[in-house]
Amino acid sequence: MLLSRDFVCEQAVELASDYLEGALSRRERRRFERHLAGCPHCTEYLGQMRETIRLTGRLLPEDLSPQMQAAFSELYRRWRAELPADKT
Amino acid sequence: MSTIALPRLSSRRTLAPVDADAPLLLARLRAGDEAAFVGLVATHHDAMLRLASTFVSSRAVAEEVVQDTWLAVVRGIERFEGRSSLRTWLLTILVNRARSAGTREARSVPIADAGPAVDRSRFDASGHWSSPPEHWVEDAENRLGAAALATLIRDALAELPARQRAVIALHDVDGLRAAEVCEILSLTPSNQRVLLHRGRSHLRQALESALGEND
Repeated sequence: MLLSRDFVCEQAVELASDYLEGALSRRERRRFERHLAGCPHCTEYLGQMRETIRLTGRLLPEDLSPQMQAAFSELYRRWRAELPADKT
Repeated sequence: MSTIALPRLSSRRTLAPVDADAPLLLARLRAGDEAAFVGLVATHHDAMLRLASTFVSSRAVAEEVVQDTWLAVVRGIERFEGRSSLRTWLLTILVNRARSAGTREARSVPIADAGPAVDRSRFDASGHWSSPPEHWVEDAENRLGAAALATLIRDALAELPARQRAVIALHDVDGLRAAEVCEILSLTPSNQRVLLHRGRSHLRQALESALGEND
């Protein structure tokens, strides 16, 4: 995304993920960081996006229920039964 | 057979070794090692279910899609050539199956992925914050507790449009690289980032709303 010289907060918040994912060009990144340096609110916003990503990444997977585990064991046995003898 | 201890770690940590050991794993599957198979399923199950749920409307159908995918995976595992990671390969199979299941369900998905990251009403006419974000970053866990935060994020994830939810699930929950997410969901890199940003913006807003109320 091309930024005008008058780069404002409303544009900065749209670039937060591109910035965090390293997808901005060097020029865009410098302009983004220059905006952050002068804008505590957008700095706060970026910190919140980082924290959001961190908290999302901590969701734990649900365990397999015993029923699902049994279903997958059965599925595997069915597959084994389908295999030609020379492959087992 | 004895019960199998299932991993309780985040999938980010458990996925990589499985992929690294794909040839060994294949040998164990062929040799009839049921525990290896159930362990593989346990490692990937949650990510698969989460992804399948973005294409179909019910948990039951999503579980069917996941089981169907595993059957396709074990039947086709001889053809796995290691060009992509095992994880990318099986999630791609899942997406194909989930897409057809979603079509069978005739659940049309006009997806609203447009819209700003932050509501326009929070900026003044010149585009500067008029209602700036409140400070909560270091306080989130003290104020809500880890369990409530996890519930809040799960609920906010469930509200996202399907494609945003799929991208967030793969990239930010399961820790896949952007290139893998693009391959699995057939997205361009820039579209993937747009969806990622929209999804994260919604989750951030949900956190801000909840933490603001506790003031």
